[in-house]
Amino acid sequence: MNAAVGKFRPGDRVRVRMEDRPGHIRTPFYIRGKTDGVKKMHGQFLNPESLAYGRDGLPKRPLYLIGFYQVEVWENYKVSKSDKLYVDIYEHWLELA
Amino acid sequence: MPRGHHDLGGTPGGGPIERAEHQLEDWEILADAVNQALGAKGIRRTDELRRIREEMDADVYRSMSYYERWIASAENILIEKKILTREEIDRKVAEYEKRWGNP
Repeated sequence: MNAAVGKFRPGDRVRVRMEDRPGHIRTPFYIRGKTDGVKKMHGQFLNPESLAYGRDGLPKRPLYLIGFYQVEVWENYKVSKSDKLYVDIYEHWLELA
Repeated sequence: MPRGHHDLGGTPGGGPIERAEHQLEDWEILADAVNQALGAKGIRRTDELRRIREEMDADVYRSMSYYERWIASAENILIEKKILTREEIDRKVAEYEKRWGNP
């Protein structure tokens, strides 16, 4: 994989876009607007938002694994402050925090 | 646009997760087989079926079981792509019900 692909690098702090628009969206509602660190990039994949309507899914989009602290995601999370939740998010749903 | 009826993560009142293994019914295995065949023939992509389930009426979606949703979305993609009509599907279902009885 080309190391130069993708806007973000492991350790970058990113915010998930707080968007709510019609269409097929793979970014779960509960994680929108949340901020945390990039763990790694999985690679580039056909865009499901385009595939969902019978289109070709191009251009491919970088997909990242992002680790969020559970206490930042859930208001009443009381198990352990170090617990993390990992979510796969496409690049066009992220911005540098 | 409100949160989609399929996007339930973190909503309260969902109850505990059912972790017990259960045997699939024959019709559920068939639903899977038809779904796989439609994929192998290049008729549908997983993302299209997800989108169709998300476009369903919320109450209808909630009233269906997992594989009922699969069947409904397979029907809808076949109609959307003009491979079958609703009338053709309904006619065939009526034929089977006559032969095998209403489930």
